[in-house]
Formats: sequence, structure tokens, C-alpha cells
Amino acid sequence: MARAIGKEDLPMTARSLRPMGFDPVLLWLLAAPAWVLLYTSLVPLADLAFGLTPLARDTRLGEAVWFFAYDTPKVLLLLTGVVFAMGIIRSFFSPERTRALLAGRREGIGNAMAASLGIVTPFCSCSAIPLFIGFVSAGVPLGVTFSFLIAAPLVNEVALGLLFATLGWRIALTYLTFGLAIAISAGWVIGKLRLEGWLEPWVLTIQAGGAGIPAASVTWPDRIRAGTEAVREIVGRVWYWIIAGIAVGALIHGYAPEELLASIMGKEAWWSVPAAVLIGVPMYSNAAGIIPVVEALLGKGAALGTVLAFMMSVTALSLPEMVILRKVLSMKLIVAFVTVVTIGILAVGFLFNLLIA
Amino acid sequence: MKSVKVLGPGCKRCETVSRMVSEAAARLGVEVSVEKVSDYAEIAGFGVVSTPGLVVDGKVVHAGGLPKPEDVARWISG
Repeated sequence: MARAIGKEDLPMTARSLRPMGFDPVLLWLLAAPAWVLLYTSLVPLADLAFGLTPLARDTRLGEAVWFFAYDTPKVLLLLTGVVFAMGIIRSFFSPERTRALLAGRREGIGNAMAASLGIVTPFCSCSAIPLFIGFVSAGVPLGVTFSFLIAAPLVNEVALGLLFATLGWRIALTYLTFGLAIAISAGWVIGKLRLEGWLEPWVLTIQAGGAGIPAASVTWPDRIRAGTEAVREIVGRVWYWIIAGIAVGALIHGYAPEELLASIMGKEAWWSVPAAVLIGVPMYSNAAGIIPVVEALLGKGAALGTVLAFMMSVTALSLPEMVILRKVLSMKLIVAFVTVVTIGILAVGFLFNLLIA
Repeated sequence: MKSVKVLGPGCKRCETVSRMVSEAAARLGVEVSVEKVSDYAEIAGFGVVSTPGLVVDGKVVHAGGLPKPEDVARWISG
């Protein structure tokens, strides 16, 4: 591949300092076909691995083990692909740029923009406080900031990609639409309630600094490297969540009796939605780990609204994030935040079970 | 003498960034003073929204995620 030579911002001396000398474009050209080949041979591979065990497919244990052998490489492969693609998309966005887009934005349109940007803007939970302060001090309205903070974990791009890959575009699109709807309306409600006084007092005294960082010139090899970096970072962090999730999913798949689950989580049981939310809110799992469980529950006849409500309450409201946010939000504001989001999730669950025949 | 500030609440990546700076400085023979800034008010004062951020001689050069090693070398030697 021809390389751009003589760019002022990247002198040759700096290039030679690059730790691993691989060409990201070349890496991509090699990895993509390998990925496709592996993905298309999942069933034979699972059969092969299953053949090494003394189990038979038609037993409960056998079915659970086969599901595990098939689902683990499948979900990990999908995750790698999704994270890589998102890493590239995210290289077009930054929290600083998002803030500039949102500053001074009116409520309504601001909430919608914030929720959408929350999906694609890269930020980790340890950045939640600087982000919150940075937004509020730069004149992003409180409700708009909340729309962003709700959408970012709720409509998690990894979860969305996995939903699309395992359950199809209808469910993924539904999840996206309703997740955005919750983030927009919850942020709007919080904005209307005028809760600025419930922030910790020191937050309002902060003046945001000016210019920020100069825009770096980002090349395509840089973006591919960002994708690779995201894979290493995210897959490295969540793979055990996923295996745990698949194990739970495999148990449900092999052992959970259909009639029982359908009667507990089916549409006839109206209380299943609040029950799912009640179980989901204190539960903290990575969004990626929850998908295999969701997949197995749906396969056993659980209602879609109930399962979506469960998934949303696990991802949107997490205790560790509340603990971090407590530094800038008063307890009252945190309670308001949790209440508004919970009501939104309940509404989605009920609406769904009602609409989908 | 370069004055370098690493902005971040003390997460793992902030540690990594400050180590990258020290290592690059040692390799290039540049004298630097590395200071960690974990005060949220001060971080916001630099206009940085995503951590870790990096400030060299009072100018923000990086925010969010790990910088590339060659960029770190360029910032502290430039």
C-alpha cells in the first residue's frame, strides 16, 4: 500500500517510533476473510467440538452443551465485528465536538440530538463526571445532558449490534426506537422539572475552559487502528461477561420448561413487566452479557416487551454509575433520574406486550 | 523543562498516560515535570470533557483515550 509521505503533522521520525510496525490496512485485509470463513462454519465447528464429548444431542445436558459450543464463538465473533465497526464510526465523533454541537441547544430538538449523539460518542464511565460538568458548564441544558447520559448506556452500540446480528433488524430497530424515545422523553421531563437547584452546589460555579484541543487530522489507517484498539479494549473487558451470559442462556435453553417461562414471562402475566424491571435495576451486567440470556428467554416463549424491559433496566440504570454521579448530583436528583427512567422502561414494556399480537 | 499535566480522576488509563509521558521523556532525554490533575473543576477549566487529557506547557494537546506513542513523543519534544 502506498503511504502518504511527507505530512507535516507526522514526520518520518515519529513514524519509526510506532511500536508495532503492522500496516492496519493490511491487517484488515487479512482479518476480514478469516472472520467470514469462521462465521460461516459455526455449525460444523460446534458439531465437531460436540462430537468430542460423550453426550447426545437429544438430552437436556447435551442440548445445553451444544448451544454453548455454538453460541460462544458466534457471539464473540459478532461482538468483534460490531466493536470494530463501531470503533471506526466513533472515530468521527468526540465528546468535545458533541458538546459544541449541544451547547445552547433548545430543549426538544436538543434532547433528540443529545440522545442520538449519546449512541455514537465515545466515552467511558470513568469520564462520566468530567463529561457531565463539561456539558453543564458549557451551557448544555440539564435535561439535554440527561438525554445524553441516559442514551449512552441504554442504546449501547454493542448491544444494538448484537441484537441486530442475533435476533434480526426488527428487534434491533425496535430497541433503538424505544431506547431513544425513553432518553428523549426522560431528559425532557427532567428539564421541565427545573431541577438545576438539585445539583451539588459547586458544579454550577465551574466555568468551562475555552478552546479545547485542536482537531487532529485523522486518516483512514488511523480509523482502522481505532477499530482494532476498540476490539482489544472492549472484547478484552467483556468476554467473561459474555461467556457467563451464554452459560446462563445455555441452561435456559436446555433446562427451562417452556410452559413455566411462558406463564411467568409471557404476555398474559401483566405483572411480569414490573417484575422484570425490579429484578433488572439492581442487576449490573454488561450489555453484551445480557444478549445471550435475552436470546434464550425469547426462544422459550417470553414476551418481547417483558424481555426488552428487563434488558433496558439492566443496562440503563447501574449502581456503579449512580455512585459516580452522586459526586455531582444530589440524592434527590438521582432519585428523580431513576424514577423517570424506570417509568419510561415500564411504559415501553407494557406498550410492547400490548401492541405485538 | 516541559510542564506536563495529566487530567483524569485516577482511572487506569490516566496512570497509563502518565507512564507513557515519563517513558517517552526518558527515551528522548527531555526533562519533564509530570503532574496529575484529578480535581474535576480544574479538568473542566481546561475545556476537557473526556479523560484522560494531556496538557503540555499550559496547552491541551489530547483528550479522551490513550494517545499514540509517537504523538506523545512529538508533544514533549516539540
